[in-house]
Amino acid sequence: MEGERGIEVEGLVREFKNGIRAVDGIDLSVAAGEIYGFLGPNGAGKSTTVLVLTTLLPPTAGRARVAGHDVVEEGHLVRTAIGAALQEAALDPFLTGREHLRLQTALHGIAKPARRQLTAELLERVGLAEAADRKVGGYSGGMKRRLDLALALVHRPRILFLDEPTTGLDPQSRTALWEEVGRLAHDEGVTVFLTTQYLEEADVLADRVAIIDHGRIVAEGTPAALKAQIGRPRLEAVPAEGADREAIAAVLADFGEPCAGAPRAVAVRLAEGAEGLTEVVRALDAAGLAVADLQLHAPSLDDVFLAKTGRSLEGAAEEPERIEA
Amino acid sequence: MSSAFPTQVGNLARRSIVRTLRQPLYVVPSLLFPLMLLAVNSSGLRAATGLPGFPADSYLDFALGFSFVQGALFTTSNAGTELARDIQTGFLSRLSLTPIRGTALLAGHLAGAVLLGLLQSVVYLLVGIAAGVRLEAGAGGAVVLLALALLIATGFGALGAALALRTGTGEAIQASFPLFFAFLFLSSMNLPRNLMEVDWFRTVATYNPVSYLIEGIRSLVITGWDGQALGLGFGIASAILVLGLAAASIALRGRLGRT
Repeated sequence: MEGERGIEVEGLVREFKNGIRAVDGIDLSVAAGEIYGFLGPNGAGKSTTVLVLTTLLPPTAGRARVAGHDVVEEGHLVRTAIGAALQEAALDPFLTGREHLRLQTALHGIAKPARRQLTAELLERVGLAEAADRKVGGYSGGMKRRLDLALALVHRPRILFLDEPTTGLDPQSRTALWEEVGRLAHDEGVTVFLTTQYLEEADVLADRVAIIDHGRIVAEGTPAALKAQIGRPRLEAVPAEGADREAIAAVLADFGEPCAGAPRAVAVRLAEGAEGLTEVVRALDAAGLAVADLQLHAPSLDDVFLAKTGRSLEGAAEEPERIEA
Repeated sequence: MSSAFPTQVGNLARRSIVRTLRQPLYVVPSLLFPLMLLAVNSSGLRAATGLPGFPADSYLDFALGFSFVQGALFTTSNAGTELARDIQTGFLSRLSLTPIRGTALLAGHLAGAVLLGLLQSVVYLLVGIAAGVRLEAGAGGAVVLLALALLIATGFGALGAALALRTGTGEAIQASFPLFFAFLFLSSMNLPRNLMEVDWFRTVATYNPVSYLIEGIRSLVITGWDGQALGLGFGIASAILVLGLAAASIALRGRLGRT
């Protein structure tokens, strides 16, 4: 049944005129009703992938089907099945929230009598009923994102693309948006393709996560499965005396392989898991080394990213997304 | 689900008109500057009416026609800048994801420019009449004058839209403004072509299509019903509109880029 189809991508490539391959042969499959997190640093190819899947940019090679329709051959059918909130909340600052929704409902062919009610419902749903008649230029970032989401939902899409929907939002707005996205997927069965550079967002929200770097998917799975691949926790010790750093590193090296950690800390991936912590403390004590701080970190998606790319996602080089045609 | 073409055009036109009217910085200069230039020229160049063969007794009567074309130039800039902003903010991408047709998008977008053009033209005409201009073509001539001014504004608006869609930046629109202004000033805006003494200027003005737009409007004010002037005015304005729409349509196809 067509309504149960999600997203299928095979060997997708998007190369720009300057020779840069923003998307470099990715394969992925998103089941209907799933929240799929596309995690990566700026410039990794996330937004370009979204533009291709939403038919706004033709691929250079490969195939992609969205809701059962080919994005190249059946672009118009794809567009009827999807909603999208792209990276920038593309709103008109001189129109009100209600006017945006009125325009969007009309362009999607919703019958005139139903437009007013649908507009009111969506404004209520995203918590903008009171601000509906204010010009969008005066909205906060969170309000704009919520309106953007409402606009994407006007025609009740089966698949929703959200390109970094919470970038720049305060924690409260971010949580509210997560709740709404969760409701859409779990209560209404909407498939959600969500790009993000926030580890926590992918971890909390996504059923499955793909990690993309330099246009390639370097890992894919449920957040739990990905973290389980890393398995061992990271121990970070901050020396009480800076001069002890080398000595502490030497002691810790007996308990696991060194890895990246906080700027002043010495970090290792514990070979014996969390159980090895007691032995570490004893060894440091026996060597007469004092630490100002000792922290045990469970594996995170950043550890997965680090393991797969050799870089930390949080510290990954910020490159602009290369979407110029 | 897809909306009908008139619904698409109507709703985009409403958006274009609403946002135009909510930006006084777009509306006010396009109303005031042509009138200021009219006031300056009609007093400073009054002596030109004494030239043998000058076609009007009042320089104000002669100069009024230029205001409509100058106002249309603002339409070019406004229409282009607004569309460029839609491209830069991603609003055009949002529209691309709806079942909208490219022609509806263009028509709806130009509606704001057309409204501004109509508003300007009515104001110029009323101010002119209040200042003592008497249309030789009468009340019917006023209607034809507004129709021609509107056609010119729409044509210029289409050129602005084409430029915006081709370049995608408001800066490019602003940069083109002096070029359009050069076309205006190298025309018969200040003197009838047959009274121009400098050969190269007369030649340029003769080949400059803007001269015929001004002369078409001017004829209704100072001559009455001049079929040749009106034919050239409407013909060239229509040609500019067709050219502008064709260029904008081609650029839009490339800009939308949707599959």
